[in-house]
Amino acid sequence: MKIKKNLAISDTGFVFDPSTGDSYTLNPIGLEIIQLLKNNLSLEEITEHMTREYDVDSNTFERYFYDFTGMLKQMQLVIPDEA
Amino acid sequence: MGKKPFERPVITKINAGMPAKFGLQIRHDPITDIDGVPLQSLMDQYGSPLFVYSEKTIRQTYIEAYRAFSSRYPNVLLAWSYKTNYINAICNIFHQEGAWAEVVSGFEYRKALKNGVNGGHIIFNGPYKSTDDLILAINNESLIHIDHFDELYDIIEISKSMEKKPKVAVRVNMDIGIYPAWDRFGFNYENGEAWDALNRIMHYENLELVGLHTHIGTYIMSTAPYKVASKKMADLAIGLARKFNHHIQYIDMGGGFASKNTLKGGYYPGSDTTPSFDDYAEAIISELMKAEFAPDHLPMLILETGRALIDDAGYLAGTVIANKRLADGQRASILDAGVNLLFTSFWYDHDIRPGKDVSDQTEETAIFGPLCMNIDVIRKSTAFPLLKKGDPFVIKRVGAYNNTQWLQFITMRPNVVLIDLKGKVHIIREKETLETLNQHEYTPDHLQVI
Ligand SMILES: Cc1ncc(COP(=O)(O)O)c(C=O)c1O
Repeated sequence: MKIKKNLAISDTGFVFDPSTGDSYTLNPIGLEIIQLLKNNLSLEEITEHMTREYDVDSNTFERYFYDFTGMLKQMQLVIPDEA
Repeated sequence: MGKKPFERPVITKINAGMPAKFGLQIRHDPITDIDGVPLQSLMDQYGSPLFVYSEKTIRQTYIEAYRAFSSRYPNVLLAWSYKTNYINAICNIFHQEGAWAEVVSGFEYRKALKNGVNGGHIIFNGPYKSTDDLILAINNESLIHIDHFDELYDIIEISKSMEKKPKVAVRVNMDIGIYPAWDRFGFNYENGEAWDALNRIMHYENLELVGLHTHIGTYIMSTAPYKVASKKMADLAIGLARKFNHHIQYIDMGGGFASKNTLKGGYYPGSDTTPSFDDYAEAIISELMKAEFAPDHLPMLILETGRALIDDAGYLAGTVIANKRLADGQRASILDAGVNLLFTSFWYDHDIRPGKDVSDQTEETAIFGPLCMNIDVIRKSTAFPLLKKGDPFVIKRVGAYNNTQWLQFITMRPNVVLIDLKGKVHIIREKETLETLNQHEYTPDHLQVI
């Protein structure tokens, strides 16, 4: 999954999508994940990182990760994976 | 190891043109304890979900209501509306504070007797009182509030073979400027029916007419209707004094004061819009004082306030079972408490709080109960903190009508606990089990084997 390249993401969690004019806010964890995604980390790498930093196990994290990326898809902030 | 707390990741679209309602500061201060008892420890010990009552809040609310009236009028009495919450421990707190009992069925009547309420301190309302109920009530010298002519003639008939004179009052319904008017209970004021009923009672010497009763509706959000109603009640009482030189002992203005809950679709929170007890008291008493009662014949004022006395003292605590996304992307949280326990979610946009500290972040969320039924919706959509599976929540102001209208449906009724004035926790109603249900069932022999 890749984050759209032209998204503007501020350090405070504000997101602007110039292709639609829509803006969004992220909570700190959402912001951290989106930054990791932008750096092209894989799910495994992101899970590794998050479970090391936060009080969460990998199963729980994965569940919320998929929920979150589901929202990113719904909001069309990601480039669809090539089939 | 200092790992940082994890909160679920969330992204929210910013809508520039949102109406002001969403601009209101929505605060979700967590409720982590009730009267100093940690929420999680309550649920660990008594289960989840769990109804929790604060004895302190009940007593404080009662005193506040009583003072609002007694500081304006010399002779005031509250009668606890059993159907609002008839768990015995709750009733007895009100009775200890001085409240009489107001009941609307033979079952409630007997419940009040068993709680130790003096028969003469029970007000018997409602459209259906069986012959047995009426005989019992007459023998106990209870105050029987007559709902219709058929009941009046039943009482006349029964009284013929009884030594005691039934003490009766007439329930009056009236136009008070709110619609729809409640005209199905009692006798109508405007069309003269109420006056007619009073006259018939006065002409029948075997009945003692002791009072006048009205209950204009429930969750009355302004005080004006009470002014209208008090005036009409006073008119009837003055009419009786003039025509028969009969001075009724009391005017019972019923219940109906709004609690601080927010009605479904309400634009502003109920906590900002609900009149205070002082406001209601001023409306009612200013009219009574204007009426032409002779000082030595000022009737006692009775109130049957239900929800406004108990809503705030009750909490429903529980646990988030799951979070999911609906097809349109909306978040949904599933709680372990559903509409079968929280009947009032059909009327109110209940105030649901996290049961532990969370960040200020919220997401528009549909809040569902655990029932496999489409109707099981606690909140259709509300800005809700990011609770995870297993996190505790608390629903505020659930003390009125839920522990009487709850259903054993799909899940069992849970424990109800009371926190006393010293912070001690008591189970006041034990949770139901499969056994509770099966105790009442019989399976015929030929159906024993499957
Ligand atoms: C006769 C009577 N009295 C008192 C009440 C209590 O009303 P509330 O809870 O609105 O104060 C009711 C409830 O509808 C009622 O029917």
